[in-house]
Amino acid sequence: MARETAKKQNGLWHEFSKGLITENPVLRLVLGCCSTLAITTAATNAIGMGLATTFVLVCSNAVISLLRKVIPSKVRIPCYIVVIAGFVTIVQLLMSAYLPSLKAALGVYLPLIVVNCIIFGRAEMFASKNKVLPSILDGLGMGIGFTAALLCMGIIRELFGSGTLFGLPVLSSFMPSIVIFLLPPGGFFVFGLLMAIANRLSGEGKEPEEIGCAGLKGCAGCALAANCSITGNKNGEAEKK
Amino acid sequence: MKQMLAIFLTAILTENYILDKFLGICPFLGVSKKRDSAVGMSIAVTVVMVLATAVTWPIYFGILIPKHLAYLETIVFILVIAVLVQFIEIVLKRYIPSLYNALGVYLPLITTNCAVLGVTMLVLDKQAANPTAYGYAQALMNAFGAGIGFLVAMVIFSGVRERIELNDVPKFWKGLPITLVAASLVSVSFLGFQGLVTGMLG
Repeated sequence: MARETAKKQNGLWHEFSKGLITENPVLRLVLGCCSTLAITTAATNAIGMGLATTFVLVCSNAVISLLRKVIPSKVRIPCYIVVIAGFVTIVQLLMSAYLPSLKAALGVYLPLIVVNCIIFGRAEMFASKNKVLPSILDGLGMGIGFTAALLCMGIIRELFGSGTLFGLPVLSSFMPSIVIFLLPPGGFFVFGLLMAIANRLSGEGKEPEEIGCAGLKGCAGCALAANCSITGNKNGEAEKK
Repeated sequence: MKQMLAIFLTAILTENYILDKFLGICPFLGVSKKRDSAVGMSIAVTVVMVLATAVTWPIYFGILIPKHLAYLETIVFILVIAVLVQFIEIVLKRYIPSLYNALGVYLPLITTNCAVLGVTMLVLDKQAANPTAYGYAQALMNAFGAGIGFLVAMVIFSGVRERIELNDVPKFWKGLPITLVAASLVSVSFLGFQGLVTGMLG
């Protein structure tokens, strides 16, 4: 009995912890790149975006998991979209009431959480097949992993781009700020750099995965995998071989 | 006319949805490996962007604003886009099968493409900033320009990626990391268009 509980706890811990490093949604699964690149010009924005996404992810995972036997599989995509869009609207309203400055900084990328592949991918890949508690933990772990990756990028870009950290001056007194880190090219570059580092740390010599709409692991869980042109391309390449 | 041209060029060059606003990064990285698929995807995105704006704009100003439901825009817009994409797919399949065979595979990907939702939402901000001069026609032109900008970025980048394939890249930079660095350089080149449109057309 005791062993069973231990095993169960271990399983739950695994659902939570896999999102942090081994299946980090941004750096390993390459999900949700749009908001990752767009709002990480400052560390505070990165945290705000990360927490908003985590909230939506946990809530939508919980609701979709509860409804997993009710939703017919043919219309599941519109159903998921409605659930997710509902929670995004809640976040939007809460943020405009209590954190209007953060809402202004995130701009259009806040409503765009709806189409963030992380949330959709987790709903399709995990919540629709698992019980409520593991789904919530999965959402929490993925959300925290997302926030951590965003924070990492936000810190680098803010530090070099404006010489500050969370708005406090750090580097600005002894070196000029490199504005290109705040501009779109800097976003792409820092993202590439972090991904190379993540590959170096966790790859153990394994070559990084092929690019997909969401990396390959992500693609398997993507609702659109069957129709995705990328999987189509891959088949084409396989045929050639 | 001049304003239309300015809107069109701005959407393509200075406010490119991929390289400046980071919308639609997934297809940008995923589908840009071959030029043919990059062009097909971009054309499908352009069509959906224009039609989505054509539908969401009247809904927003005709229904949501008069009924004080503007806070529902996220839910309404994403549902409209999802239905629209499904509808286009069915119509194409039934009436123009040749076009469906060419573009059909890209359509389901577009529902969750943030560029389409982004175009329909960002145009509302533009309208709010300049309510008298920005109308339905301008919004449609903006959506069309955004789609063409998407096409331009995709085609340029597919060319860049063909070159990367041949290069000897350090092991851990292979694949996505080096692609992102290349995207960064393409994005730098688009920074060069900053101020071009206002300078040229006032």
